[in-house]
Amino acid sequence: MPEIRTFQPQIQPASAQPTGPQPDPAGSAIRQFLRSRGNSALADRSFHILMVLCALTIFGIVGLIAVVLILRSDMAWHQFGLKFFYTFERDRVTGAPLYWDPVNGHFSAVPFIYGTLVSSFLALLLAVPLAIGVAIFLTEMCPKALRGPLAFVTELLAAIPSVIYGLWAVFVLVPLLRDYVNPLLVRLLGWTGFFSDDNPTGLGYISAAVILAIMILPIISSLTREVMTAVPHSQREAVLALGATRWEMIRMGVLRNARIGIVGGVILGLGRALGETMAVAMVIGNSPDIQRSLLANGSSMASVIANEYAEATSDLHRSALTELGLALFIVTIIVNALARILVWAVTRGTPEQAR
Amino acid sequence: MPLSGNPIRAKIRALTDSAVTGLAILATLLVVAPLVAIFVYLIYKGASSLNLAFFTQIQKPVGESGGGMAHAIVGSAVLLALATVIGVPIGIGGGIYLAEFGRGTKLANAIRFTADVLNGVPSIVMGVAAYALIVGTHIPFLPFTGHFSAFAGGTALGIMMIPTVCRTTEEMLVMVPHAVREAALGLGVPNWRSVLSITVKTASPGIITGCMLAFARVAGETAPLLFTALGNSFWSVDLNQPIAALPLQIYVYALSPYDEWHRLAWAGALVLIVLIVLAVSLVRYVTSRGVLKGAS
Amino acid sequence: MGVGIDVTNLNAWYGTNHTLQDINLHIPANHATALIGPSGCGKSTFVRCLNRMHETNPIARVTGQVKVGDQDIYADAKPVEIRRRIGMVFQRPNPFPTMSIYDNVASGLKLNGYSNRRVLDEIVEKSLKNSALWDEVKDDLRKKSGASLSGGQQQRLCIARALAVDPEVLLMDEPASALDPVSTSKIEDLIFELKSQYTIVIVTHNMQQAARVAEKTGFFLNGRLVEFDETHKIFTNPTDKRTEDYITGRFG
Repeated sequence: MPEIRTFQPQIQPASAQPTGPQPDPAGSAIRQFLRSRGNSALADRSFHILMVLCALTIFGIVGLIAVVLILRSDMAWHQFGLKFFYTFERDRVTGAPLYWDPVNGHFSAVPFIYGTLVSSFLALLLAVPLAIGVAIFLTEMCPKALRGPLAFVTELLAAIPSVIYGLWAVFVLVPLLRDYVNPLLVRLLGWTGFFSDDNPTGLGYISAAVILAIMILPIISSLTREVMTAVPHSQREAVLALGATRWEMIRMGVLRNARIGIVGGVILGLGRALGETMAVAMVIGNSPDIQRSLLANGSSMASVIANEYAEATSDLHRSALTELGLALFIVTIIVNALARILVWAVTRGTPEQAR
Repeated sequence: MPLSGNPIRAKIRALTDSAVTGLAILATLLVVAPLVAIFVYLIYKGASSLNLAFFTQIQKPVGESGGGMAHAIVGSAVLLALATVIGVPIGIGGGIYLAEFGRGTKLANAIRFTADVLNGVPSIVMGVAAYALIVGTHIPFLPFTGHFSAFAGGTALGIMMIPTVCRTTEEMLVMVPHAVREAALGLGVPNWRSVLSITVKTASPGIITGCMLAFARVAGETAPLLFTALGNSFWSVDLNQPIAALPLQIYVYALSPYDEWHRLAWAGALVLIVLIVLAVSLVRYVTSRGVLKGAS
Repeated sequence: MGVGIDVTNLNAWYGTNHTLQDINLHIPANHATALIGPSGCGKSTFVRCLNRMHETNPIARVTGQVKVGDQDIYADAKPVEIRRRIGMVFQRPNPFPTMSIYDNVASGLKLNGYSNRRVLDEIVEKSLKNSALWDEVKDDLRKKSGASLSGGQQQRLCIARALAVDPEVLLMDEPASALDPVSTSKIEDLIFELKSQYTIVIVTHNMQQAARVAEKTGFFLNGRLVEFDETHKIFTNPTDKRTEDYITGRFG
């Protein structure tokens, strides 16, 4: 090979190593092997298609759930139509409402919708201020050393199975409420009519709401924390520079900017509360009634499905329960989609930038 | 914003500030309190009821003392094995699509969104759907359909795992540096091989712990099993028969009127919680350490 | 032995950005060719077009002809086949973090389905010797991960990995820009050693480096190849005014 290096640059490379490249006997064999390997176009294509199929299963699942629920609730839908969700029959003689009596063929979703809404909104009422407080503490005040363990604790709370919350509620929370909190509520607020002491079990809307609040707290607080951390630091500094106290900084610099995301977190918590089953079924009392007193026994959509589905007395009964499930499915899909959109609107871009 | 030098205003502002600080701390304590209460009670009640019989014996008839949850533990293992077989491969595949093929496309965004929404669908709805699909429909010549079975329960749990596994897999894969993919492509490695042997393998500690978290979550699920796996007070590992499960058994025992059974419920809850705490801690350990040690 | 590369009317886009415009040049076999120019001039895009890495970005597009030896890489073959013939070393060392040193070097063969242990052992040793890393790592080939080495060692490991598949061309995209001076000089020595065996194309923003290692140098500016000639001609007596301005440090 001709030596072309006629030009000698100003800086010479270090002297050549004695272990220079040797002639290469295996080389051509390796090249031949690699040439023989083909271009794997077929394998690549199949792999790509397989992965797309896996991803499309997610759509498939949602579609499949919707289809089977619609097919299975068909009978109830034909029988009652939309009225299932807003009216109920009354006893011809006494005029007492007949909400749900599978044996005699009375079906109405009203008491369950009422129970679900009452317990969920009460739970939000209890959980939201606490969750925001925790998020403020974690993002703005907490010493760094505590932040990790506390975040871990919230994560753990979110991972505890519903049935264990229920177990704890049945044996610890309900007796506690029954013996100490409920009498107090009756004494102080009995005049409103929302608290009456005719229920000695301690089970009821309030118990369900308290355990629900404990269960949805971690979701709301971790999402609130997420959107609060997404508020740029300059916003905080701008307010602090005006001489604001820490609370004023949090209120004007952080909460104001994060409010849409916080609303998203709250809605997501609502979604969880609406569909929560086991813990609620264990403490709500399971009576298909509507009562003014929050201390009375009630029933939620999820809890009635859990209690009656396996032993449904008739096809119509099962179909009506399926329709409740379908309603729950549609509502939670809407609520979750809404919440996700709100949270994304605030934290948009942050996960991608983290790369 | 009040900026006046009025001393009373200033005092009010300072007081509000400390009041809010106090309230935030109080809120945090109020949140930590139930967790501590649950754990203390669980350990206190559960540990005193855990014994060898718990792990080796099955449910005793009402009135007889003793007995254990061996059949429920085995039943949960069968259900979870089936769920893992269904949920993990499909979930990982979906995650690979989101991270490696679909990044930035409309389809991927739609799938990611749907997965997040699906995660929020109540588990009882999954149970109703699984009932409607498998238990309540008898399809001739198709096994497992038409009656309560372990197969129906495991399928419901497996479907619930898919969105979680899919999203964590995606998150872990996205953390793999682009340079590593380029290195593989630059060597002329086929794409499928590069994805599986390089990208997925690099992210595998994260993916595995993500799967464990999904596993732990469905391990505690009760609602989807109520009318699919149904529960069983006897030994069974038959996919075609109703099967016991730990959370189902806890539910049944908790609502029973017998102290003996309450004891067993607490012991079962302790076992479940230990499993979950282990999974969550492991996930936290792996993600805090970073998926990749030393990757530049 | 390496092969020459003929580039005819090469154009490349990145989105709507026309990053390479009408590039024509011949890269000689078994020599080192340096590509210089200010950042963003298209020199990196150009080497990435030579092994079809440019198109791995979904918004990238290429037209024109690139012949490696007598194979038109855009017309006659799939990207994986091209990339097996053409090794590439990237700006930042990118060893596979989960693999041992041995597996890193053998990866190009193993991942393409080669499994003869004895031959692999031989090739790993030879490649590590060729990249002047053997003496430093021979005792813990299988014990240490590739990511545990220093930056300079990692880059030489990446060179060994590229050499293990016995490529005909070695593309180096600013291989020393992320390294300290000592490691840089080791890499340069290595290029000097290797160029009798392989066709080497090296992108660099360091003009002394180009002068030290390459016989031919091309100057890129704003997506065009302004001048391509013998290295000493470019550095002592450039034809184009813009090249002279760049060489003498009047811009860039």
